[in-house]
Amino acid sequence: MNPRTLYDKIWDEHLVATRTDGTSLIYIDRHLVHEVTSPQAFEGLREAGRPLRRPNTILSVADHNVPTIDREKGIDDETCRLQVEALEANVKAYGVPYLPLLDDCQGIVHVVGPEQGFTLPGTTIVCGDSHTSTHGAFGALAFGIGTSEVEHVMATQTLPQRKSRNLRVRFEGRLPRGLGAKDLALALIGHIGTAGGTGHVMEFTGPAVRALSMEGRMTLCNMSIEGGARSGLVAPDETTFTYLHGRPLAPKRAMWEAALAHWRTLASDENAAFDTEITLEVGSLAPQVTWGTSPQWVTDIAGRVPDPETAASTDDRQSMLRALEYMDLRPGTPIEAIELQAVFIGSCTNGRIEDLREAAAVARGRKVAQGVRALVVAGSGLVKRQAEAEGLDRIFLEAGFEWRQPGCSMCLGMNDDRLAEGVRCASTSNRNFEGRQGRGSRTHLVSPGMAAAAAVTGHFTDVRRLMEA
Amino acid sequence: MEPFTTLTGIAAPLLRANIDTDLIIPKQFLKTLVRSGLGQHLFHEVRYDSEGRERPDFILNQAPYRGASILLAGPNFGCGSSREHAPWALKDFGIRAILAPSFADIFYTNCFSNGLLPVALSMAAIETLATVEGPLTVDLPVQRVRGGDHSFAFDLEPARKAVLLEGLDEIRRTEANLADIAAYETRRRKEAPWVEIRVH
Ligand code: SF4
Repeated sequence: MNPRTLYDKIWDEHLVATRTDGTSLIYIDRHLVHEVTSPQAFEGLREAGRPLRRPNTILSVADHNVPTIDREKGIDDETCRLQVEALEANVKAYGVPYLPLLDDCQGIVHVVGPEQGFTLPGTTIVCGDSHTSTHGAFGALAFGIGTSEVEHVMATQTLPQRKSRNLRVRFEGRLPRGLGAKDLALALIGHIGTAGGTGHVMEFTGPAVRALSMEGRMTLCNMSIEGGARSGLVAPDETTFTYLHGRPLAPKRAMWEAALAHWRTLASDENAAFDTEITLEVGSLAPQVTWGTSPQWVTDIAGRVPDPETAASTDDRQSMLRALEYMDLRPGTPIEAIELQAVFIGSCTNGRIEDLREAAAVARGRKVAQGVRALVVAGSGLVKRQAEAEGLDRIFLEAGFEWRQPGCSMCLGMNDDRLAEGVRCASTSNRNFEGRQGRGSRTHLVSPGMAAAAAVTGHFTDVRRLMEA
Repeated sequence: MEPFTTLTGIAAPLLRANIDTDLIIPKQFLKTLVRSGLGQHLFHEVRYDSEGRERPDFILNQAPYRGASILLAGPNFGCGSSREHAPWALKDFGIRAILAPSFADIFYTNCFSNGLLPVALSMAAIETLATVEGPLTVDLPVQRVRGGDHSFAFDLEPARKAVLLEGLDEIRRTEANLADIAAYETRRRKEAPWVEIRVH
């Protein structure tokens, strides 16, 4: 057999049929469902009188719309409440496993899936959410789909697909202390642009990726969609297996051994051909900060807001001018001179236990700067509980951060956690689009350590300086 | 689904690059339980001011573009979230075809699920079409866009074309493969039994 990439192998293993029109029918092993993109899918099934083919391959949870404060009292916002209630009614009617709002295991779908052991190497995973790419960290083929496709998977357990191209990203060298997966992701997107990965599945390789924890790999794969890729992939290894072992839904005993034997074959063959190759040397990377309204507009902490006059084309110059106007930034301003009024630590990108540890290490013994509102929102109830067991909540609260209940929260502000017009925020989430965190709000994407450093100094600061102190 | 054959209509130029789905339909409108009614909120943050009044400088608030059925846009249209609310909002407004140099993957697929035609043309072609006075014609059977003295051919995968031309229901199409799916499931249970979820 020809040498194959990891993506080729997972694809081949899930091919149900090749149809006369050239499309392939791909089997879907796992399906994550949340309240925002599922109501119309359930409605479609109901209208067509179709059964849900395999309810047990689904894990459902409400995360986008949920309050992060006083949740026990219910949801005030009526439209949010109706959507959560619709999910609860639908999962009940169709017998779909569901993690209730007040359950300790509730959280953001992309945090919950891995921690339950629902996400396994070599499986196909979909969700009506673009950041489904997160699960690729386990060597699963995971991608976001629209609501019509959600309905398609519910009805048939398959999706018609076209094969993507293979892209390999090699991160060479060792990340400097104080930098993490978020910096890798932002640096990559800065390099290739938000459409750089379009039509591709990205496999992340190289020593800097092997050295990442599962949390870091999830952060990296989470943002592959921001580079336009269909999915991100990291081949599973001992780090993956150690993380998964003993998780509630992971295979057990003899089944675990059988799975392990298969999972060890899940790597790109030595001579496998990639359509595109990108190599980045990361040994001298500095912490990354976005300055515009697209994740590709990024520089490092020692950098300055760029001058649109240096743009490559008229179109680029116009986009940059528009972004700088929206962000209220002047060309040439040092990144360190940008002052913040808000800090958000959380989301499916950086709402895991390691992220909170990284932020807490900076917050410890310091105070949130005057005029800054800082929020810490754990990605799941289990993350929150673990953080509390380690005393991280005390560190944050003593420093003046708010400590909230799990959910998507200020990543997109579908609940009440929104920024007011003109407010500038250092955020550990994944998108800095216009209005993303609230109409007229200004988002700068950074790592958890950099967000905490911004919170305690009131402006962007190289987190490494606070680490040395 | 309503078939798509030939469309003649007003084309609104919105020539920005990277028009993301947050811009097309912002989060506050994702709380709906239905597919319809989103047209009035299309491009909400740039179409209305903070008091909810129309901004006269926004293209879709100007005659004749209020009645546009075609959108001309810059590269990487529809990037960002997977929300199908984006094509729902476009369609509800009356847009049936989007002409742009490139599209984000998930958005592109979502268009076909809703009878919308995304047409990939070079930026130069888009800019030329934006100067045409009067309506454009998007002719799907022959894969051409015409306007004024201009005419541009476009590529489209035959399977995608068939879905639009015939207004096919994708789930019904897949149901033709039910025997293959069942056979796959039997095989997979044997070869990869650990994939079956067992709640312990
Ligand atoms: S945390 Fe943000 S990006 Fe992640 S699923 Fe929630 S809204 Fe989407």
